[in-house]
Amino acid sequence: MTTPSSGDPGDGTPDEVRPAQESVRPEPATADDGPAAPAPRRKQRGDLLAAALIGVLALLLGFAFAVQVRTTDDGQALAGAREEDLVRILDDLTGREDRLRQQIAEQRSALAQLGSSDSQAEAALAEARERSQALGILNGTLPAQGPGLEMTIRDPMDRVPAAVLLDAIQELRGAGAETMQIDDVRVGVSTAVTGSPGDLALDGQPVEAPYVFQVIGSPQDMATAMNIPNGVVDKVRLRDGTVDLVQSDLVVVDALRQLDMPQYAEPADGD
Amino acid sequence: MIPILGLAVGVVLGLILDPSVPLWLQPYLPIAVVAALDAVFGGVRARFDGIFDAKVFVVSFVSNVVVAALIVFLGDQLGVGAQLSTAVVVVLGIRIFGNAAAIRRHLFRA
Repeated sequence: MTTPSSGDPGDGTPDEVRPAQESVRPEPATADDGPAAPAPRRKQRGDLLAAALIGVLALLLGFAFAVQVRTTDDGQALAGAREEDLVRILDDLTGREDRLRQQIAEQRSALAQLGSSDSQAEAALAEARERSQALGILNGTLPAQGPGLEMTIRDPMDRVPAAVLLDAIQELRGAGAETMQIDDVRVGVSTAVTGSPGDLALDGQPVEAPYVFQVIGSPQDMATAMNIPNGVVDKVRLRDGTVDLVQSDLVVVDALRQLDMPQYAEPADGD
Repeated sequence: MIPILGLAVGVVLGLILDPSVPLWLQPYLPIAVVAALDAVFGGVRARFDGIFDAKVFVVSFVSNVVVAALIVFLGDQLGVGAQLSTAVVVVLGIRIFGNAAAIRRHLFRA
């Protein structure tokens, strides 16, 4: 409301002001003639007085200028502002407040999104870590401990063949063994038992009797699985060997195995 | 020399004393300052033109300030104070620009 109406006086006044501007300039000329007339002594006193007056006026101007600048800085200026100015200022502030509130709402929702995605990422990371630990234990790349069974197969006559050891491994797995090692060789999913009786090898590493199994899993289940008729214990006895089963609360499987890197298989796309 | 000295002393005094402007004066002080600035620029220009006169300067200074404040006061009474003060500032600004241009021509011959 102020802008269009303030333009009118701005356009209108220059006509009225130009005469005033011209009247300022001619005045010195006429005034120059005026003071020239009086006696030199009075002129000197007048000059002094004028200089003093000019000094005072300049001082006043500087003072008012500084005070006004300070007042504008303070925001005290609002106290003396006109009603329409105040209304305009209020409108401005209201609009600004609306915009800021909108911004706050946007930022809040962005923050909420970031927070939720952050917690999602954290959960996913924790899950991935757990999964990698589980896989590491299954694959034999991480040491493991827990309740389980210590089984010692003695083979004084060197008659226990690879098939019996393999049988033992399969039976233990079937009874819930989670991971195991035999004579400091970790058993993984692809472990092979090779060689002739008395000269066996696990994954190419030679093992010698007595074969010491350290297995993590349910001790009772695994002991039962070993002792079933025609099971591992019976088969070893047939070949003049003995089997010792010790159930333990804490079995440590600390032999490690290299991770099998698949040579041909790749992860399939999609879930 | 005296005016510059007075100006500097006034600014320093205003900054040090930091008085609060009375409420009734607050709408007029900025206008008065601009009007006084106009008078000062006019005086500097007259000085360069060689037609400076102390009496004229003093009278024009005081009357400039008084008339500017009066116009704004009248405008306030008539309910167009904001517009009139804008008008006064515009006009005085134009004059200051004109005087500054004249001073510039004297100083830089351009």
